[in-house]
Order: sequence, then C-alpha cells, then structure tokens
Amino acid sequence: MAERGGTSGTWWQRFTALPNNSARKTIIVTLTVALVCSVLVAGSAVLLKPLQIENKETARRSHIAALSHILEERYGSQIPITLEVRLIDLASGVVVTNVDPVSYDQRRAAADPARQVMVPADQDLAGLKTRAPWAVIYIARRAGRLEMVMLPVRGRGFGSMLYGYLALGADLEHVLGLSFHEHGETPGLGALIDSQDWKRRWRGKIIRDGGIIKLGVAPGPVDPSSELARYQVDALTGATWTGMGVTNLLHYWLGPHGFGPYLAKLREGV
Amino acid sequence: MTDARTKDLLTPLFDSNPIMLQILGICSALAVTKTVATALTMSAAVICVLVLANTFVSLIRNHLPRHIRLIIQITIIATLVIVVDQVLRAVAYELSRQLSVFVGLIVTNCIILGRVEAFAMNNGVRASALDGLGNGLGYSWVLILVGGIRELLGTGKLLDVSILPTVAEGGWFEPLAIMLLAPSAFFIIGLLIWGLRSWKPGQKEAAEFAPQSVAREVEPQ
Repeated sequence: MAERGGTSGTWWQRFTALPNNSARKTIIVTLTVALVCSVLVAGSAVLLKPLQIENKETARRSHIAALSHILEERYGSQIPITLEVRLIDLASGVVVTNVDPVSYDQRRAAADPARQVMVPADQDLAGLKTRAPWAVIYIARRAGRLEMVMLPVRGRGFGSMLYGYLALGADLEHVLGLSFHEHGETPGLGALIDSQDWKRRWRGKIIRDGGIIKLGVAPGPVDPSSELARYQVDALTGATWTGMGVTNLLHYWLGPHGFGPYLAKLREGV
Repeated sequence: MTDARTKDLLTPLFDSNPIMLQILGICSALAVTKTVATALTMSAAVICVLVLANTFVSLIRNHLPRHIRLIIQITIIATLVIVVDQVLRAVAYELSRQLSVFVGLIVTNCIILGRVEAFAMNNGVRASALDGLGNGLGYSWVLILVGGIRELLGTGKLLDVSILPTVAEGGWFEPLAIMLLAPSAFFIIGLLIWGLRSWKPGQKEAAEFAPQSVAREVEPQ
C-alpha cells in the first residue's frame, strides 16, 4: 500500500494526512489505543485496590458476625458473646503467642515461598497446593464458656477458590454454621452456597461417625429418615462440582493436615 | 437540542428499543432482573459503557483503519467495562457480588458493539453520545420494569421495602417463586414485546410463511 502521507506540516498534520489503511497509521493507531487503554485499566485497578480490599475485609467481618449471631439466636442477648482471635500452628495444633493474630495475613503467607507449607498431593483434597503454616481462628465465648470455634476454610469449587468459615459447636463434634464470604461460583447455581436457606441446612450436622469424617454435601437430596441425614446436607441443583468442592475442603480442613491436631488438643483441654 | 438530536435520544426508547425490537442484550436482561437494585446497577453500568464507547469511537472514527476497526472497538469497550467493574467493586461491593460475571459480560453485549459499529463510526461525537444514552435508557427501562415486576411478585418487596405483606410475615400475599427464576423474565419480556407491538403495529415483523388453511385441503369435486 502506497504511503501517501504529506512531507510538509507538523507531525500531527502529516499523521492525519496518512491514508487510514496505511501500515504506518495502522500501527500508530493500534499502539496508541493499546497504550491509553492499558493505562486506564491499570490505573483504575491500582487506585481502587485499597477500597476493594476494605470491602472484602468488611464482608469477611460481617460473615463472622453473622456466625456468632447464631449463638445470640439460641441464648438471647442478655449475656454478651465475646470473640477471641487466636493464631494456630496447624501442624502441631499449638497456639502461637508471639505474633499478633490480627496482623497475620494467612492468604499472603500461603502464597509466600518463604513461609508456605506444601500440601502433599495425596492429602490435597481441597486443591490448595500450598497453605499457610498458621491459621487465624475465632473463638466465641459466653460468660467465659467456649461456645463456638470458627475455622477459616478454603478450597477449590467449580471455577473459583471458595473462602469461608466453618463454625463448630462447643463439643467440636457438630456444625453450627458454614458460610463463604468470597467465591466466584456461577450465579444462581454454585453461588447459592452463599444463600441463607442453604447455610441454615448445615446447622446441627454431625462431623464424624466413629472417627471417620462423614460431614459433607450429599450427591442429591438427603432422605431425612436415612442415617446419612445426620451428616449431610442437600446438594445444590446444577452445582455438582461446587458441592464436591465444599465436601472436599471440609474433609481437608477437619483432617490431619488441617485443623485436626488443634481440634484434638482443644478437645483434651476442655 | 435540534430535532435530529432529540430523535437520536428518543428513537431507541420505544421505536427502536434494543431489547424489545432488536431483541439484543437478552442474556443480561434475564440474569440481572431478579431485583430492582441489580437492574438499576446493571443499567447504570451499561449506560456508562455505551455513552463512553460511542463517544471515544466517534472521536477517532476518521482515523480508524477499516480492517482492524472491530479489534479497536472491542479494546475500547473492554477497557471501559473493566474500569466500570473495578469502580463497582470499590463502591458497591455487595451489588457487584450479586451481578458477578454479568458486568464483565457487558463486553459481549451486542447492543454496545452494534451501536458503536452502526452509529458511532458514521456520526459526530455529540450525536453518538446521545445515541448511546438513548439506547442505554431504552435498555434500562425494560430492565428496571422487568426487575420491578419480578421483585414485587417474587418477594412482595420493591428495593427491599415491603409493598405486599407476604404470608410468611403475617400478610396475605403468597410470593410467586417462579418470578425469582430466569424463565419468568422470558415471559415478562415476551408480554412486554406483545404490548409494545400492539401499541406500535409498525414493529410487527412480516410472517415468514402463511399458515396453510384447512379449507384448501378439501378437494374440489
């Protein structure tokens, strides 16, 4: 294609005089548009990041508050529920006391090659590959008595990582609530793990049957008269993979590589 | 505003509505109309993207190489959608969670590429912006109306304010569960199209074939 751009005038006049289909103009227009667009995308992502992080944090807090609200529903609010934050060493189950739990970023630690712990492939039910060595958990007490333990759980769903909290009752044998504050599951299908109705179904489910973890999502509807109804909740229609993901992450985090050692210590202690 | 300008803005509202006449943008119209709040947010996002995409493309329309124009248009649209998505995540987190992927999918919304290619490529900046606004509003009123009907009949509420007291709350209204499922949006949009075409018969499409009449099957003796 002939370059018919004039040779006189300013560079802008020479540029605008180029025929639209000339190679030079094509490249200049493409590069300019790409540059301007990437600056806009990068700029908005970087500038808005602090606000977005704050929003996620607020959402996480509200889910914790909603879980501890289960206790208020049960006992009324005469005696206030107090929340205690603890940092746990997952492998040994010991409470870490020399680090402030509030400042510990579990997600960053899981991604940091210097701190992360590899999850052995044969134990990696939740599809994590790595996890943080420590976990920030919440303990709810009422008049000094332990009533609820909230454990952060994480695992792969259908198309995204699910982040949530599993709330266990005082005997550490039954579930009080399970709630996911961050996920990217399909709206109307997998995203229903966040719906009130489904969350309520977890209340009162038993974790183990003689040492074997049976808690999880059933492959379909649960027959209320069957033996499994004590351990399983109904599947979500059209969200088989999300349900399997939830079951897997529960098995991982309640198992020996997750909170198993800590829960064993806690059970001895109380 | 001159008559031509007013026409750019008002024609897409009823005479050439993107959803009702052109049957575009149906996917999002089904997905985000469960409540008025999500319909409003989606509408605002689409209006922003549509107006800005039309404006920017119209600005550079005389210098767009023809064979890469679609790529440039999509790049501009995608950029605007990402920025809108980021803003929503920052200022309206809960709503952006409910809209989830559908804000990102505005990129593939045919209304936007359609207006950019059919209008902004051939018209001035101001006319293009108005055309974008008009089409955005045409999309929005359908979305908000469908969202309103679905939320009211599905939950008895509008914008979370109780209008029809439901049986569960001690009232008389039994919510229609189907209104919370996507098919109900199909029915409502279908009824709206029927209503609009009865009002403006010019929008009726010519029949593709004539139904065979039973009488002709009887052999003449």
